[in-house]
Amino acid sequence: MSGKYEAVIGLEVHAQLQTLSKLFCGDSTTFGAEPNTHVSAITLGHPGTLPKTNKLAIEYAIKMGIACNCEIELHNYFARKNYFYPDLPKGYQISQHTTPICKNGYITITTSVEEKNILLNRIHLEEDAGKSIHDIYEDATCVDLNRAGTPLIEIVTEPCLQNSDEAYQYLTELRKLVRWIEICDGNMEEGSLRCDANISIRLKGEKKLGTRVEVKNLNSIRNVKKAIDFEIERMINVVESGGTITQQTKSFDTATDTTFAIRDKEEANDYRYFADPDLAPFHLTENFIQQIQSSLPALPQQLIKSLQEKYLLSEYDAKQLCDDKVTVNYFFATASENKNYKAIANWLIGPIKQYLNDEGTSFENIFLQPKILAALIQIIDEGKINFSVAATKLLPVLMKENIEPLVLAESLNLIQVSNVADIDIWVNEVITAMPDKVAEYKKGKKGLIGLFVGEVKKRSKGKADPKLVTTLLEEKLK
Amino acid sequence: MQVTNEMINNLAHLSRLNFNEEQTQSIKADLEKMIAFVEQLNEVNTTGVEPLLHMGDAVNVLREDEIKGSINRNEALLNASDTDGVFFKVPKVIKK
Repeated sequence: MSGKYEAVIGLEVHAQLQTLSKLFCGDSTTFGAEPNTHVSAITLGHPGTLPKTNKLAIEYAIKMGIACNCEIELHNYFARKNYFYPDLPKGYQISQHTTPICKNGYITITTSVEEKNILLNRIHLEEDAGKSIHDIYEDATCVDLNRAGTPLIEIVTEPCLQNSDEAYQYLTELRKLVRWIEICDGNMEEGSLRCDANISIRLKGEKKLGTRVEVKNLNSIRNVKKAIDFEIERMINVVESGGTITQQTKSFDTATDTTFAIRDKEEANDYRYFADPDLAPFHLTENFIQQIQSSLPALPQQLIKSLQEKYLLSEYDAKQLCDDKVTVNYFFATASENKNYKAIANWLIGPIKQYLNDEGTSFENIFLQPKILAALIQIIDEGKINFSVAATKLLPVLMKENIEPLVLAESLNLIQVSNVADIDIWVNEVITAMPDKVAEYKKGKKGLIGLFVGEVKKRSKGKADPKLVTTLLEEKLK
Repeated sequence: MQVTNEMINNLAHLSRLNFNEEQTQSIKADLEKMIAFVEQLNEVNTTGVEPLLHMGDAVNVLREDEIKGSINRNEALLNASDTDGVFFKVPKVIKK
C-alpha cells in the first residue's frame, strides 16, 4: 500500500447456527436436501401462521457472545426488516434491529506484527433467506426455500481493521471459535460462514472515513484477503489519478481475483423496521447466562496461556496445538500419561500431523491412542529407540494398528544398541573405510562428524544410539 | 401531516406498486385522512412512557430444537403462481 494512505475495513460475518431445526419453525436445516422439501407453512410465509423461536439458537448466540467478551442483552425482541426479493417469502426478514443479543466485545488476533483486539459492534440473531438459482432457465429464476428461516448470527466488527492480513487472521480466529464452541460447522464452501467486507481508504492522519465499497458474499478466507487487496489498490489508483470513489456494492470474481459492481448507486435503504407482532419478546436472566457460560469449553486463548504456564511449552507450540479443540484435547490426554510435554507437542505438531495431512485426514479421525503415543515417547526417553527411527519406522504402523510400541520395535528388530562394545565395531569399520575423510577431519574439518555418524547409522540399520556413536567417534578421532 | 406526491411515489416503489396520476391523488387523500386520524394520539402526553412494542404480556414463548411440521414438496408448491414441480419459478431477477 502506498505510504500516504491507510485502509479502514469492517467485516460482517453471517454464521449458520448448527441447530437441527430452523429459527422459527421445525423444518430441518440440513444442507443439500432436495429443493423445497425442508419447508412448512411458516417458512413459506403463508398467512395465519405463527412462528415460535428456537431456544437452542438463542443459547448458541449467547455462547458466541460470551466467547467474544460481549455484553449480553437481557431484553430482546425480533424486528421485521421489510424488502422484496423472491427468495424472501414473507417480504420481510426477521432480524434484531435495535436490540442485538450481544454488544461490543472483541476477538484477539495475532498478526505478523502484533497482538490486537478486533472490536465487535454487535452479534445479532436473524433468519437466512432462500436460494435463487439463475442458470436453470433462460427466462426464469428458480427459488429453493430450504434455507429460508435457517438461524444465523451476524457478527459485525467496528471499522477497525487496517489491512487484508488482519482480516485474514480475524476470520481464521472467528472460524476456529465457532467450531470450538460447536455452534457452527464453519464450512465456507457450503455457505455456513459468509463474509461481507466494507472497505475504504483515507489519507493517513485523516479522522473522517472515506467512501466505502461493500464486497458481498465472500465464500473463503483467501478470497476476502484478495478482494480487500484488490479494492485498496484500485481505490488508491482512483484517488491518485484525480478521481473520486463512488459508493458501490460489489461482488468478487474468483476467476480473475477482481471485484465488479452489482449495484452502482446505493439506493437509500428504507427497511421500515418494526417489532414483529407475531413473536413474543424473549427475556434472559443472569442465571441463564451463567449456566451457558459454565457449559462452555475452555477457549483457545485461555488454553494457549495455560499450555505455556503449566506445561512450559513455547508460545508457538501452544498456538499450534490450539489450532483446533481435538488436537489440544489429544495433547491433554497424552500428557496425563507422560510428563514429557515438549516431546508430546513435537510429535503432535510434527510427524503425526504430517502423517494425517498426507493421508488427507485429521485428528478427528486419528486411530492412535494417546496412551500408545505416551508409551512411544517413553521408550525413546529410555534410550530403547531413537526419535527418527520411531518416526519413520514405528509411527506408520502405530497409526493403523493397536500394538505396544516396545513390542513393535522388538519385532522389527529396531531396539537401539547402547552398549559400547557393539557400537565400537561399527565405529571402527567406518573409520577404516573412510581414510581420506578421517584425514580431513583431523586437519580441522569438524563438520564431517555428521557424515561418520550417518555412516554408522547406516551400518547399524539405525539401531546405534546416535549420542553414543558421536561420543565414541569424537574420542577415537582426537 | 402533509402527504406529498414524492412520498406516495416512494411508498409505491417500496411496495412494488404502480399508480397513475388519478390513483396517486386518491391514495394521497386516503393516506392524509388515515394519518390525521392516528395523529389524534399526539394529544396524549407520553413523556417517560416506554414504547409499547407488543400487545400481549407473553414473553419467552420458545420451542425446543426439534424437527417437525414440514410439508412435502407437492403441498409446498400448490399455491405457486409458476413452478416446474421442483422450484418456485419467478421472473428473471438478474441479467447475466
